[in-house]
Amino acid sequence: MRDPMLPLSFRVAAKRRELADTWTLELEPDAGAHDRLGAFAPGQFAMLYAFGSGEVPISVSGGVGGEGPLVHTVRAVGAATRAICAAEPGDSVGVRGPFGNTWPIEEAEGGDVVVVAGGIGLAPLRPAIERLAASRERFGAVTLLYGARSPDEMLFTEELDSWRSAGIAVETIVDSAPAGWSGRVGLVTKLIDEAELSGGHTTALICGPEVMMRFVGAELVQRGVERSRIHISMERNMKCAIGHCGHCQLGPAFICKDGPVFTLAAIEPLMAVREL
Amino acid sequence: MGSIKSVDELIAEAPAFAEMRAEQLEVIAGCARNQTFEGGEQLMREGEEANRFYVIRRGLVALETFVAHRGALTLETIEDGELLGWSWLVPPYRTHLDARAIATTHTVSFDAVCLRGKADADPALGYELMRRFLPVIVERLQATRLRLLDVYGPVAGAEAEG
Repeated sequence: MRDPMLPLSFRVAAKRRELADTWTLELEPDAGAHDRLGAFAPGQFAMLYAFGSGEVPISVSGGVGGEGPLVHTVRAVGAATRAICAAEPGDSVGVRGPFGNTWPIEEAEGGDVVVVAGGIGLAPLRPAIERLAASRERFGAVTLLYGARSPDEMLFTEELDSWRSAGIAVETIVDSAPAGWSGRVGLVTKLIDEAELSGGHTTALICGPEVMMRFVGAELVQRGVERSRIHISMERNMKCAIGHCGHCQLGPAFICKDGPVFTLAAIEPLMAVREL
Repeated sequence: MGSIKSVDELIAEAPAFAEMRAEQLEVIAGCARNQTFEGGEQLMREGEEANRFYVIRRGLVALETFVAHRGALTLETIEDGELLGWSWLVPPYRTHLDARAIATTHTVSFDAVCLRGKADADPALGYELMRRFLPVIVERLQATRLRLLDVYGPVAGAEAEG
C-alpha cells in the first residue's frame, strides 16, 4: 500500500497565468508515479509540495478521473504557493492525494443545481461544472452564480462562455468595477434571485470565502433549498490530510478526511462557534 | 397578445410594494408614471434635489460616483424589481449618487415631492412607505459592509488557496 504521507514526483507540463497572482498548472507524473496515485474526483484536493518551501492543500481544478494531467489553480499568497506558482514547465512538484470527499454530482441528478462560486472558489468547482455540462440532460435547471472582486479578477472567463453554450445559465457579479463596466456590481447573494430553484429538489454547491458561503447558504435556505442539499467546501489549515495531525479539526470534524465538502446541515452549527 | 398594464398594476408587482392595501396603492400611483431610459441615459445625478425615485421594471442601472483620475466608478447595480432612490425620504433630500442606465431600462417613475406631501398628510401611508423602504436601505447597507470586508482579496497569513 502506498504511503499517503509520501509525495510523488510530478513535473509541470504546462502553466497558464489566470490572474495577476493566480496560475493554473498542469502536472504530469514522473515515470511510474501515476500508477501509484489514484484518480481524483471533483471536490477532492492534493497536497502540493514545493520542495524547500512547504506543502499546501490545493483542490483539483481539472484532470479528474485520471484523464490527462492533474490540474491545479493556485493563488500565490504564501511561501509555498508562491514557490508553486513560480515553477516552470519541467520543474518538479511533490504531490500527495487524492484526499477528501467529493461534490455530490450523481445525487443531484434529476433536480435543479445551483453552483455558487466566490473569487478563486470557482477553481474547486470547475471539475463539477464540467461534469454537469457533460451530462447536462440528467439535470433540471443548472445555474452558475459567480462573484469576483473586480472584472479583472474573474477566473476562467472563456470557460464561462463555453458553459453557457452547454446549457448552464451563468450569471456574474463583481464587488467593484472600473468606469465602463456594463455588468452587475454587488454581492453574489444578489444573483440568487436569478437561479431557477425547485425548492426541495435543488442541490447547491458553494465554494468561496467562508463568510460568503455563510450568507449564500442562508439566502438559499430562505429560497426553500434544504440544508441537507446545500454543499459547501470548507478550507482549513490541512497538514497531514489524513486526519491524524488535527490541524484542520473543526469541532468533531476533520476537514481533510470528513470534508472538505460538507452539507450546511452538518457544518452550520460549527460555523457558528467562534472559538473554532 | 398581453394586455397593457396600468401603473397601479405595475407598482403592485414590485416586490417592495407587494400586498400593499389597494387604496394606498391608488394614492401612490397618483404620483407615478411609466418612463423608459436608453442605455447611457442618466436617471439621477449626485447632489441634485431628490425629487424622484424609481421601480426598475426591466433593465439595469449603475449607481456611480465620479472619482478624479479614475472616472465614474460603479458602486452597485440595480435591476428588475428593485427600488432605486431613497434620498427623497431623508432630509436634506439630496441625491447621493449618479444613476445611469446601462441598458434600455423600463421604470415606474415616482414624483417624490408629490408622494412626500401625501405621506406627510397621511401618517399611515408614510409609515407604510418607511416600512417598505427601510428593508431596502438595510439590505444595501449590509451588502456594502460585506463588500468592505473584501472577502475575495488575499488573506494575510493564509497559505492554502486554490
